[in-house]
Amino acid sequence: MMRTSLTVRNVTKQFSGQTAVNDVSFSLEPGERVALLGHNGAGKTTLFKMILGFLKRDRGEIEVLGDLPGSDGARKHMAYLPESVAFSNVLRGREVLAFYARLKGVAQAEVGPLLERVGLAEAANRRVATYSKGMRQRLGLAQALIGQPKLVLLDEPTSGLDPISRQNVYDLIAEIAGQGTSVLMSSHALTELAPRTDRILILSKGTLVADDSLTGLRAKAGLPIKLKVWTRPGAAPEVAATLGSKQMNGRSVDIDCRLDEKIPLLSAIGALGPLVEDVEVHAPGLDDIYRHFSETVHKGA
Amino acid sequence: MLSRILAIAMQELRIGIRNRWIVLATAILAVFSLALALLGSAPAGTLGVDRLTITVASLSSLSVYLVPLIALILAFDAVCGEIERGTLLMTFSCPLSRSEFLFGKALGHSLVLLIALGVGYGVTAGFMILSGAGSIAGLVDFLRLIATSVLLGQCFIAVGYMLSCLTRQSVTAAAAAIATWLVLVVLYDLALLGALVANPEGVFASSIFPYALLLNPADSFRLFNLAALGASDLVGGMAGVAETLPFSPTSALVSLAMFAGFAMSGSLLLIRRIAP
Ligand SMILES: Nc1ncnc2c1ncn2[C@@H]1O[C@H](COP(=O)(O)OP(=O)(O)OP(=O)(O)O)[C@@H](O)[C@H]1O
Ligand SMILES: [Mg+2]
Repeated sequence: MMRTSLTVRNVTKQFSGQTAVNDVSFSLEPGERVALLGHNGAGKTTLFKMILGFLKRDRGEIEVLGDLPGSDGARKHMAYLPESVAFSNVLRGREVLAFYARLKGVAQAEVGPLLERVGLAEAANRRVATYSKGMRQRLGLAQALIGQPKLVLLDEPTSGLDPISRQNVYDLIAEIAGQGTSVLMSSHALTELAPRTDRILILSKGTLVADDSLTGLRAKAGLPIKLKVWTRPGAAPEVAATLGSKQMNGRSVDIDCRLDEKIPLLSAIGALGPLVEDVEVHAPGLDDIYRHFSETVHKGA
Repeated sequence: MLSRILAIAMQELRIGIRNRWIVLATAILAVFSLALALLGSAPAGTLGVDRLTITVASLSSLSVYLVPLIALILAFDAVCGEIERGTLLMTFSCPLSRSEFLFGKALGHSLVLLIALGVGYGVTAGFMILSGAGSIAGLVDFLRLIATSVLLGQCFIAVGYMLSCLTRQSVTAAAAAIATWLVLVVLYDLALLGALVANPEGVFASSIFPYALLLNPADSFRLFNLAALGASDLVGGMAGVAETLPFSPTSALVSLAMFAGFAMSGSLLLIRRIAP
């Protein structure tokens, strides 16, 4: 059996009295892709920096590949992409990557294929100053893939990328996860990462409010499906009464229902015939689920 | 360990020789040294001293001003600049120790300085040797100048690292570097000379002044080079001091090396506390 890649146990971090990370616990198994979601200032970057050993935690324990955070043993097999990097403008893409390969003790022969994998083969000999934002981001990502690390931390890897490049990043992540690498990546929006991850962690004001698969989160949130029924002028009260709804505004009636109530409700609407002009069905999206978890803790606090 | 130090050094070398300020400083070194060589050639023949040696005497005065400046330009954002750009996070997430990082930087920056001096002064040396004005003895003086200039540069490179660790922003580090240059290279000498002129016979002149010179790397550098050239009669001014010192000129070289060592140790201590 392979050992756990990352264990975070009851970790707390305060900055001059302000709690940035509050009693967070989770773990990553080999080959797992986990998304770490949270609003601005939720504590994602702080958590990453503690895992890397750059920041000391106030309480709790962190174990990286069986070693202490920041130790040589831990750093040897992990890689990190910071949220914003500006490489020296006078260097060429290939020189940047070759440099990190040397620091990590990885053969220079890996550099070329890696540049190709992130789609920078043609730009490799150009100065970083001429790169677009997305190209710089991909260069940073290539840096994090050097030498087949066992644990990869990506701080907002898809920020600033267009949908196609974003898709390529997911493909790359899926590929390395398939080879047994654990990937922890942060983001602001569930829509950006969720469909391509095994598990989702949601951080809200430093507290971990969710740790589950997307299906699990959907079930736990139990958010209603929202229906909006547009009626003929003046028919709204009649429609509302028939369907048992109390939300009515002018020409439309709003109804919340569970998944198993949806089809019966739709047939009931169909039976109303000419009274109804149109129906909109709004299933809870990823953003709704994210907002549900992110906000529950705010209400509780 | 060595491969990682070399990796950092080579990267700094690349960045340094593509830095337009360094290119400009090298050009200034070349222009000034050529000018000094051409202007200084007139009275030399009468004294029977190698012309290259006289030029080296003038060049060591040029080095006192320009080498610390180049060193500080190279070093001031070595740490805070990388923090600002986020690259330090990446670099420190690699299995690399903080001292390997700083030694690599120091090696790379010293090489850039060596190249700048080699090109800047080499033009002059080449010109003089080709025009038949240089001898082997003069060439030795020349090489000594470049070697001690690199040592002087290393003092200021290490000071630059300390400033870079102490400030969070490279703008602040740049301001601090300029202030340091002004104090150590210009104001320190002015203050010493002022005190000397005010009281040329007192305790200060005899027992404080010489040691005050040793404390400042710029003065140690000048002292050692002028003494080594035996050039006090050629250049005059502060160089005349060399003969009346209560210690041998080699102490100046030792003090230069010690300054570089202490400053580097200081920066190694400071970088351990950096959270990138
Ligand atoms: N060095 C520091 N000193 C003081 N406070 C800090 C420091 N670093 C982070 N914080 C605070 O800790 C909290 C968490 O910050 P962090 O950078 O981890 O957020 P984040 O989730 O990465 O946000 P974003 O999505 O904006 O990147 C914030 O309130 C921030 O102000
Ligand atoms: Mg962040």
